[in-house]
Amino acid sequence: MKSLGSIRRDFAPWSDPDAKPYIQFDNVTKRFGDFTAVNKLSLAVFEREFFALLGASGCGKSTLLRMLAGFEEPSEGRILLDGQDLAGIPPYRRPVNMMFQSYALFPHMTVEANIAFGLKQEGMARAEIEKRVTEMLRLVKLEQFARRKPHQLSGGQRQRVALARSVAKRPKVLLLDEPLGALDKKLREETQFELMDLQQDLGLTFVVVTHDQEEAMTMADRIAILDKGEVMQVATPAEVYEAPSSRFVAGFVGNVNMFDGKLARNGKENARIAANGGAEIIVDSAGDALPGAEVSFAIRPEKIRVSSTRPTDAVNAIEGEIYDVAYLGDMTVYHVKLDDGQVIKASTLNAARIIDDPLTWNDRAWISFRPDAGVVLTR
Amino acid sequence: MSSATASVETSPRQDADASILKRLSLGIAGRLVIIVPYLWLLFFFLIPFVIVFKISLSQTAIAIPPYTPVMDFSDGISGFLAPFKELSFDSYIWLTQDALYFNAYVSSLVIAAISTVLALLVGYPIAYGMARAPASIRPTLLMLVILPFWTSFLIRVYAWIGILKPEGLLNQFLLSIGVIDDPLIIINTYKAIFIGIVYSYLPFMVLPLYSTLEKMDDSLIEAAKDLGCTPIGAFWKITFPLSLPGVIAGCLLVFIPAVGEFVIPDLLGGSRTLMIGKTLWKEFFSNRDWPVSSAVAVVLLMILILPIVYFQHVQARTQERGR
Repeated sequence: MKSLGSIRRDFAPWSDPDAKPYIQFDNVTKRFGDFTAVNKLSLAVFEREFFALLGASGCGKSTLLRMLAGFEEPSEGRILLDGQDLAGIPPYRRPVNMMFQSYALFPHMTVEANIAFGLKQEGMARAEIEKRVTEMLRLVKLEQFARRKPHQLSGGQRQRVALARSVAKRPKVLLLDEPLGALDKKLREETQFELMDLQQDLGLTFVVVTHDQEEAMTMADRIAILDKGEVMQVATPAEVYEAPSSRFVAGFVGNVNMFDGKLARNGKENARIAANGGAEIIVDSAGDALPGAEVSFAIRPEKIRVSSTRPTDAVNAIEGEIYDVAYLGDMTVYHVKLDDGQVIKASTLNAARIIDDPLTWNDRAWISFRPDAGVVLTR
Repeated sequence: MSSATASVETSPRQDADASILKRLSLGIAGRLVIIVPYLWLLFFFLIPFVIVFKISLSQTAIAIPPYTPVMDFSDGISGFLAPFKELSFDSYIWLTQDALYFNAYVSSLVIAAISTVLALLVGYPIAYGMARAPASIRPTLLMLVILPFWTSFLIRVYAWIGILKPEGLLNQFLLSIGVIDDPLIIINTYKAIFIGIVYSYLPFMVLPLYSTLEKMDDSLIEAAKDLGCTPIGAFWKITFPLSLPGVIAGCLLVFIPAVGEFVIPDLLGGSRTLMIGKTLWKEFFSNRDWPVSSAVAVVLLMILILPIVYFQHVQARTQERGR
């Protein structure tokens, strides 16, 4: 079986036409004065999905989350949760809970009291609350910190208290605003997997806001990439990476090389692009773009091979000169300056310790890639 | 000259000497800075207090000054030490024998306590409103709270006589709009004292409240709402408990000076209201009984020391938590 990148698990309600969306943004616009934070945005999230909103700061991702939580009301459009219009429902009556970026732990309450806070508001019986709090503490491995105050905890521990507090009420949807933003790199990587396990175990729907693409790629079932209040693409991490829908998405997620040019021919078997620099690129498919259209060929660095001679079997090969070499241990990144002046990034996995044919600065070199290694973008 | 050449010219040892010198001079400067407030306290608080305490242990006399014994430094050390034998606690005993003093103390404490609660009730919404106001107008609001300090306290209290008297502004206004048929009697009653104290000390309540409320993280309220708390519930469970250091600071800043307040009860409270500040003034100026009035002052200080120590304790604790 062939697949676009690796697949996570057998869960894809978005490709089932009969599946009913759990959360639905329907033409939602949000304005703050003259500034439009979210512009006529429509989006569907499915039950038990781990959904990530990814974008640079100011792209409207946090506003979306705050509208879902009830802290902001949409200027136009509707937000539906499980078929119910959320308009006018205050945050304290919504079946969603949020984990705040700053954690927003109540400084005058112990860890226990913080976790119990939402349950008490619900009017849950005392014995039941105690049971649930103990369960939550065990879940986030903070049993021995129950009676500490937030200021007596480390950043990672605080993050886990915030998480326990926000899932204690078993919300229909958990909203996470940059949940790992304040943690250091190592802790962040560990916590990513903890979050995924937690979501699986509790069977909740997660909507996470992040600006960290790696985080989104690791955790999410699907990612919505936002720019200036609009959705650029909604897709699985593999699709976003391997089949970006636009130049923006290709450039936003991961590293990419772009060959701008015109589509010379679009045939059944393959298509040909005449790059502006003079090179010719053969690709498997150029979609439904018409010959003569302005297109970009986007290809990821790891899909480009660098060699000192032209590979005999290569369909696409362009000559240039090694401009820069960065040895990163697990891989080596080459910057190859093509003869037309464009600099191309190519990375090679250092699968062996000894390299047979090492390339270095100012060496003549060829870059080559397969016809299905990149995508043709018209937008 | 470049630093490179400088480092060539000075040996490492000279560098070390220089840094020690620098540290030493900083130490001296630091000590000087600390000494100034201590000197201030010594000259303007401790020494006057010792003098007052000594007078409270003396006897009244028709003389200048109106008490004995008087310490005479011109007689040398014996002139200084001899009067100690004549000192007694008579004035303090006198305070327990006349119910007037006890009543005045209790009355002062009750008036100060009621005024403090009223000031809190008035001041909290003001401080809350200021802290919630757009950041751009907060400095203006803060300015408006401090503005009354630019006018003499005495004049502002006098102005209240004009407002509160039977034919004053307040009564004229209420009569003209038909809310009342007869003028309210406010001046020369306890009501006028409460109004005067709440008005005068309101900034001392508002400012500490504002500073704690302003620092509060809005996301805490959002988190409370998110977890199912109504806005009113969120106020009582989150905002108010977190503002308690400000509440305590504000209450003590109003309560402590209000207990010993003299001008407000004297001008607004008339002759039938009882407060210890007025009693003290009468002992001192009308009766010319310096020892008893000094004893009154010393006892007042003893009463107030508890809340002052508590205030210091709370301040120190909040500062520690802030760090």
